[in-house]
Amino acid sequence: MDTKVKDNHKFNLGKNMILFFLVVLLAITPLLFLKDAEFEGADGQAEEAITEIATDYEPWFEPFWEPPSGEIESLLFSLQAGLGAGIIGYAIGYLKGKNKQEK
Amino acid sequence: MKKNRRWALGAFLIVFAMPTVSHAMHIMEGFLPKGWCVFWAALTLPFVVLGFRSIKKIIEEKPKLKVLLAMVGAFAFVLSALKIPSVTGSCSHPTGVGLGAILFGPTAMAVVGLIVLLFQAILLAHGGLTTLGANAFSMAVVGPLVAYGVYKLAKKAKAPKGVQVFLAASLGNLMTYVVTSFQLAIAFPAEVGGFTASLVKFMGIFALTQVPLAISEGILTVIVYNAIKAYGNQELKDLNALRGEA
Repeated sequence: MDTKVKDNHKFNLGKNMILFFLVVLLAITPLLFLKDAEFEGADGQAEEAITEIATDYEPWFEPFWEPPSGEIESLLFSLQAGLGAGIIGYAIGYLKGKNKQEK
Repeated sequence: MKKNRRWALGAFLIVFAMPTVSHAMHIMEGFLPKGWCVFWAALTLPFVVLGFRSIKKIIEEKPKLKVLLAMVGAFAFVLSALKIPSVTGSCSHPTGVGLGAILFGPTAMAVVGLIVLLFQAILLAHGGLTTLGANAFSMAVVGPLVAYGVYKLAKKAKAPKGVQVFLAASLGNLMTYVVTSFQLAIAFPAEVGGFTASLVKFMGIFALTQVPLAISEGILTVIVYNAIKAYGNQELKDLNALRGEA
């Protein structure tokens, strides 16, 4: 199986685009059907859920630093995603180039 | 269409019936009693040690695999930054550790997952330092272990490669959240019904929110795996040789 490399290992752009489209669809569907939902990042709600079950629970530790606003938080999240995506792109490009040279 | 509406209505009802329940991925800072923090951290530690050893071995024996290692780490970074809306009307995010677990084995991902969690805890106040052990146990230990196990099983069952990867990544993702619910339920048993009631509550919510995200993670992992297979076949062979699999 490992010796026959070329054809069945080729990156099928069309097929993978369809797969990617499915992911986008999965993310959009809730937005279309749940018009009144708030789509909060649910950390705050989790705190409420716990205090609901254990009414006298006091969190015993606070984060040293919190992003001062939603904007700063999304900045950091996009930095995280951007950095990661850059590395993935670099790695795939590197592999692809090396692959070509060896042929 | 009708079916979709009914489905949406069901999701609506759940949203309104439990408006305050969380679908957060990680347990928040300070929201786990001290004893449990220590307990989960202690359970996680040996996996991290094994992970460091495994990564060291990989880099020493096949330095060329560093690119691939950086890539699976970056994949976990990207996916855990994506907060995606779900059917329950809230957002959660994938974990991205399944890919690395399939390629590098489960313990290597304990280290990678821990780094991602540290980053989010310190810079984003997402998750927490005190809850790091518990969160690492669910995302960096159990998730990769499940992904790896499922991958091996699917391989044995001779499922197509895409199916193997998809099942591994999505079930690893789902189990991460099941473990998180378990951790919360065991630390916060309900007054009526105790542990079981809490577990049912947390689990129902977590599982439902997470199902579409688990599917998304499965698909995204398949796409990246396809790219690696297409361009990094030599690296994949090196990996298999290193881990004693022909």
